[in-house]
Amino acid sequence: MSEVKPLLALRGVGRDFDVSRPWLNRVLEGAPRRLLKAVDGVSLEIRRGETLALVGESGCGKSTVARVIVGLHTPSRGHIEFDGGELSAATRKDEVARARRRMQMIFQDPYASLNPRWRVLQIVAEPLRAQGLAGKGVIRTRVAELLQQVGLSPEDASKYPHEFSGGQRQRICIARALSTHPEFLVCDEPTSALDVSVQAQILNLMKDLQEQMGLTYLFISHNLAVVAYIANRIGVMYLGRLVELADAKTLFVRPHHPYTRMLLDALPDLEMSGRSRTPVAGEVPNPLDPPSGCGFHPRCPHANQRCRSERPDLRARHSGAQVACHAVEEGRLSG
Amino acid sequence: MQQASLLEVKHLRVEFPTRRGTLVAVDDVSFDIGRGEVLGVVGESGAGKSLTGMAIIGLLERPGRIAAGEVRLDGERIDNLPSEAMRRIRGRRIGAIFQDPLTSLNPLYTVGQQLIETIRTHLPVSRQAARQRALSLLAEAGIPAPEHRIDQYPHQFSGGMRQRVVIALALCAEPELIVADEPTTALDVSIQAQIIGLLKRVCREHHAAVMLITHDMGVIAETADRVAVMYAGRLAEIGPARDVIHAPQHPYTVGLMESIPKLSGGRARLAQIEGAMPRLHAIPRGCAYHPRCPQQFARCTQERPDLMPAGSSRAACWLQARGHDV
Repeated sequence: MSEVKPLLALRGVGRDFDVSRPWLNRVLEGAPRRLLKAVDGVSLEIRRGETLALVGESGCGKSTVARVIVGLHTPSRGHIEFDGGELSAATRKDEVARARRRMQMIFQDPYASLNPRWRVLQIVAEPLRAQGLAGKGVIRTRVAELLQQVGLSPEDASKYPHEFSGGQRQRICIARALSTHPEFLVCDEPTSALDVSVQAQILNLMKDLQEQMGLTYLFISHNLAVVAYIANRIGVMYLGRLVELADAKTLFVRPHHPYTRMLLDALPDLEMSGRSRTPVAGEVPNPLDPPSGCGFHPRCPHANQRCRSERPDLRARHSGAQVACHAVEEGRLSG
Repeated sequence: MQQASLLEVKHLRVEFPTRRGTLVAVDDVSFDIGRGEVLGVVGESGAGKSLTGMAIIGLLERPGRIAAGEVRLDGERIDNLPSEAMRRIRGRRIGAIFQDPLTSLNPLYTVGQQLIETIRTHLPVSRQAARQRALSLLAEAGIPAPEHRIDQYPHQFSGGMRQRVVIALALCAEPELIVADEPTTALDVSIQAQIIGLLKRVCREHHAAVMLITHDMGVIAETADRVAVMYAGRLAEIGPARDVIHAPQHPYTVGLMESIPKLSGGRARLAQIEGAMPRLHAIPRGCAYHPRCPQQFARCTQERPDLMPAGSSRAACWLQARGHDV
């Protein structure tokens, strides 16, 4: 990993949200400030041309990581490096802008992320115009080319979003994201609003585009089967922290962290092999009041005193996976 | 299945009259569910699976209406009952579970008040007895510390816990039939597994018939005894879950199964069905699936196939009439 410089690196990135009561209430009622640590100490690297997926249940902070990377949220802690350059307020504005131009985002809901009053031509060309990358004459041909790349026809440029189905709308979103020739795409649940047959079309399209253009993806999803299909490496998040980071193959064959095992076990079994499943107990705790020590300990069958008091850090295993778990580290838990 | 079916749906047709003509959202759908049986109904958005469920429980929103066919519960017709009579059946003999547990609960009443009201609407019991029953239902639905939770409001429950409350509500009057429309779609996988387990147990212990509507084949594989696959308002295939999943007969079911990413599938390219399901005002002539079907032939474009025997299932596909193996 060290010889190739990563395209994107997060170092101890955290993001807090202030969910305190209003100032007057705090003064009158003596209520304290309350911070929700949506993301806490996430470090990872994404190599050029690969797909790194972040999985986890709702509220685990995976979408916040995506938004911090593209600059929709500022990080509260830590550093983000893109192609060797630091992305932060301290860096010169035009440098950051230049780096941002090389990344784009695709959102979950293709119904909400397209302006219903704009024609497809305007929608797809907006990033070009916003960044002053194309003159009027070129825009039309560039949009036509983009639409063809994503499997639509150039004539669709004059239509409105409502004339398209969900899958076609997501294709428009992809065309818009590709318009500025980005190298890095952040995809936040791009297929979870779609039907399975359409999901297959979009996943295949994303893979083809990656091959043709050498794109790098950060793919956020709650669906492990989708992630198994699209990702080279997978990070599992729980309560704002990475608990396991491994190659896709390793993760599914030899999951280390008890939470990863639980997630895999909870997946409905399409093969109907009748495998026995350990029932999953409990729910994700309130992130405003996270458990002490390891965030997973209240649900973990292997938790002991150390897990309740000391927070585990990510450590590399022989298999190449990185795991944040005392039980795995101490060998109490096989694997 | 040997005994008489609890729910019989025959040639059900649901229409929506619009200014631009009548849309047929459910067309000639027939199936039955026995006591203690889970029938899974799958399909993509717009296939008509939810409308079929709504027609059965008598909650079709106007201007939608049942234009033809009949629905029988334990031999009695229930599709043409006056709304007052239907309201007594709903809740008493048919329980309903919907996708979003937050919108199925009244935010202004405690969970206990809602349970007790439902119980006393349908059963002649005292307030005290109703509260006892509410407590045991919450416990049965897997809610920890029910004595404490019963006096809380819906917003104090998490998503998974709310869905448990909704299931407890549906069970209030020991219904014979439970219609569950996407009961796990709004939930995370670990919670989804818990709710599926709960539904299965409830069905077994109460000997209730369950119509489980979902778009998720995984949920079907885990839960259902039989599966009905819907496409563009019609049944494409119906049969035992194991056979429909492992040896699908209709080309649509084949395509659907192949397009689902599987953990064991790794990174091998997914098969995809080209195109999208037709909109209701533009359902093709003949078999509605023929424009997307890789195996279509002349007859498919002309004549609409009915369900015909196909292996241990039944499929609406002319290939079966040709004696082809799909």
